[in-house]
Amino acid sequence: MKILIRNGRVIDPASGRDAIGEVAIADGRICEALPGKPERVIDAKGLVVAPGLIDLSARLREPGFEYKATLESEMDAAVAGGVTSLACPPDTDPPLDEPGLVDMLRRRAKVLTRARVYPVGALTVQLAGERLTEMAELAEAGCVAFSQANAPLSDSQVLWRALQYAATFGFPVWLRAEDHWLARGGVAHDGDVATRLGLPGIPAFAETIALGTLLELVRATGTRVHLCRLSSAGAVEMIREAKAEGLPVSCDVGVHYVHLSDMDLGYYDSHCRLTPPLRSQRDRDALSGGLADGTIDCLCSDHTPVDEDQKQLPFAEAEPGATGLELLLPLTLKWGAQRELPLAETLRRITSEPARILGVQSGRFAPGAPADVVIFDPQAPFKVAAATLRSQGKNTPFLGYELEGRVRFTLVAGNPVFEQA
Amino acid sequence: MQSNPQLNANGELRHLLSIEGLPRDVLGSILDTAASFVGVTEREVKKVPILRGKSVFNLFFEPSTRTRTTFEIAAKRLSADVINLNIAVSSQTKGESLLDTVANLSAMQADLFVVRHGSSGAPYLIAQHVKPHEHVINAGDGRHAHPTQGLLDLYTIRHYKQDFSRLSVAIVGDVLHSRVARSLIHGLTTLGTPEVRVIGPQTLLPTGVESLGVRVFHDMREGLRGVDVVVMLRLQSERMRGALLPSAQEFFKHYGLTAEKLALAKPDAIVMHPGPMNRGVEIDSSVADGPHSVILPQVTFGIAVRMAVMSMVAGN
Repeated sequence: MKILIRNGRVIDPASGRDAIGEVAIADGRICEALPGKPERVIDAKGLVVAPGLIDLSARLREPGFEYKATLESEMDAAVAGGVTSLACPPDTDPPLDEPGLVDMLRRRAKVLTRARVYPVGALTVQLAGERLTEMAELAEAGCVAFSQANAPLSDSQVLWRALQYAATFGFPVWLRAEDHWLARGGVAHDGDVATRLGLPGIPAFAETIALGTLLELVRATGTRVHLCRLSSAGAVEMIREAKAEGLPVSCDVGVHYVHLSDMDLGYYDSHCRLTPPLRSQRDRDALSGGLADGTIDCLCSDHTPVDEDQKQLPFAEAEPGATGLELLLPLTLKWGAQRELPLAETLRRITSEPARILGVQSGRFAPGAPADVVIFDPQAPFKVAAATLRSQGKNTPFLGYELEGRVRFTLVAGNPVFEQA
Repeated sequence: MQSNPQLNANGELRHLLSIEGLPRDVLGSILDTAASFVGVTEREVKKVPILRGKSVFNLFFEPSTRTRTTFEIAAKRLSADVINLNIAVSSQTKGESLLDTVANLSAMQADLFVVRHGSSGAPYLIAQHVKPHEHVINAGDGRHAHPTQGLLDLYTIRHYKQDFSRLSVAIVGDVLHSRVARSLIHGLTTLGTPEVRVIGPQTLLPTGVESLGVRVFHDMREGLRGVDVVVMLRLQSERMRGALLPSAQEFFKHYGLTAEKLALAKPDAIVMHPGPMNRGVEIDSSVADGPHSVILPQVTFGIAVRMAVMSMVAGN
């Protein structure tokens, strides 16, 4: 289908383009000029036209957790949030540790023809942290990277071997830095708030100690490592130094962590029970600053739909995680506005930067790039409410908040997959 | 941040969930009300009709003998009907959720829930879901709070020492796991106690405990010097199984209260303990039974304090 998007404010963070203009699409790709007449014209007057969002962590809960969410509900949520590509972590049930499972997920996702799904394979069998998975086979089945999700890998010899093996094939490894033993039993940031609320704490050094180990192993093995969900000021500083040294590392932060801190736990709000835990305001400010100065490469939603029954529990017993696909754009815009960044700079963190880490051609408007597009009204306000979220997970600390930024159109490979007037 | 869930729109006590956040005058009026009930508990007919016709559900998700019993006595002296539910061995083991349990009891026309739960914050969750005429009293949640214990501690201190504004109070032992310590600290600071000390090894003090407004001592002798009140905390035997403490013997040597260490406090210092005591672990028998000990009066005051709280949240 040939589509012409006109009159919109076209922002392409990769090239820095930010001007009123047109985006032309033919055969599912961006093109410089349409060959012939458009079959559809989208008038984007007053709206921003940007590459579709790329989310490095969205749990679709399939296979295994269909009562929390289904592929269909979460893919709906993705495109309603302007997310056209997403990487899903391997912590499904069973985990993504066999090519057959990956293949099935990809095929199920393809049939739904909404966002592009990039499975992240399990680094170890059953995510148990003991035996390596068949990474080459998994990569052939479509895995773009390998990860432990939130499962611990406490045996550092296994970690070392896993990184060596991945480096052999040039596979990137995505890991969250957390010392399993120091974090054991903890449910909140170890600090004044946890002390006051009587919640077992996870100290910030559970992250920095594990990060120190990881960086040393990257130095030894040369593996490309992407560090997931930074949570502490100390970790931001360590990444800054590691990048200055030239280590092949990148990192992301969950979009909740640049807005919230442990103060937001209030009176045990289980929607703020997240992994890693929300830390102090100083940590939050360091994460926000690190994201602005490029130390942290990108934002992700870390979308984790949780059944409401599993949230209506005392804080420590509640299941961690927050729904995020539909809030990624407005929360990113809110962050950018707070930092007073140009819109293109803000959007880079959820388009071209994650595209680079994922190694895909989307996330930009270069001719020939896949025509994944989001068209949104950056000022349109909306109230976050369970009834309006398409995700099966209604679990967000932002319930009841007024946010700005509504998606009007989402296109994947040139096909309109979401439209809302 | 939500508004304080334990006060109603007029600033009156609707639930008692934590001492933290209670205004000074509310604390004062609880203690004054308790004083008026001490007389009742000493009469021959120990009953007043304040909660007549009301149903009090003792919801204990954790085993407890003393607290449950004193709540039961307090409710009966207020003429309420008391139903004890030991949930640790009933529906929760059948997989019923906390809120389902509460909803079922609510359907049986409950007026007041007295809740003990192993998870910090559980009474807040219940308070958010009860009907407008139902009330919740926290009888101990995880490590967070045990407000009626804190109040009876405050009552005891006021009884023996009158004025909080000149006092120095030392809380000794396992502060990390202690809801009693947290509640008492908030109460003491709210009532203007100038010096609140916590004494213990680093492994048993929570991170940033200073932020609660206390001074930290690791040396018990130094910490006890010149104090008016010594509060000993119970040390659970399971603490010795992890890496927090090597042995009960070594703990007692450094943090157990003996007559010799108590001699460093003021000559008229009082010794308190929330019970149940581990003699020879945190406190020596000669001190527990000695002239400074007010441990048994604490229990007696506990009934009056619980009557006061119940009558204030659920009375007409």
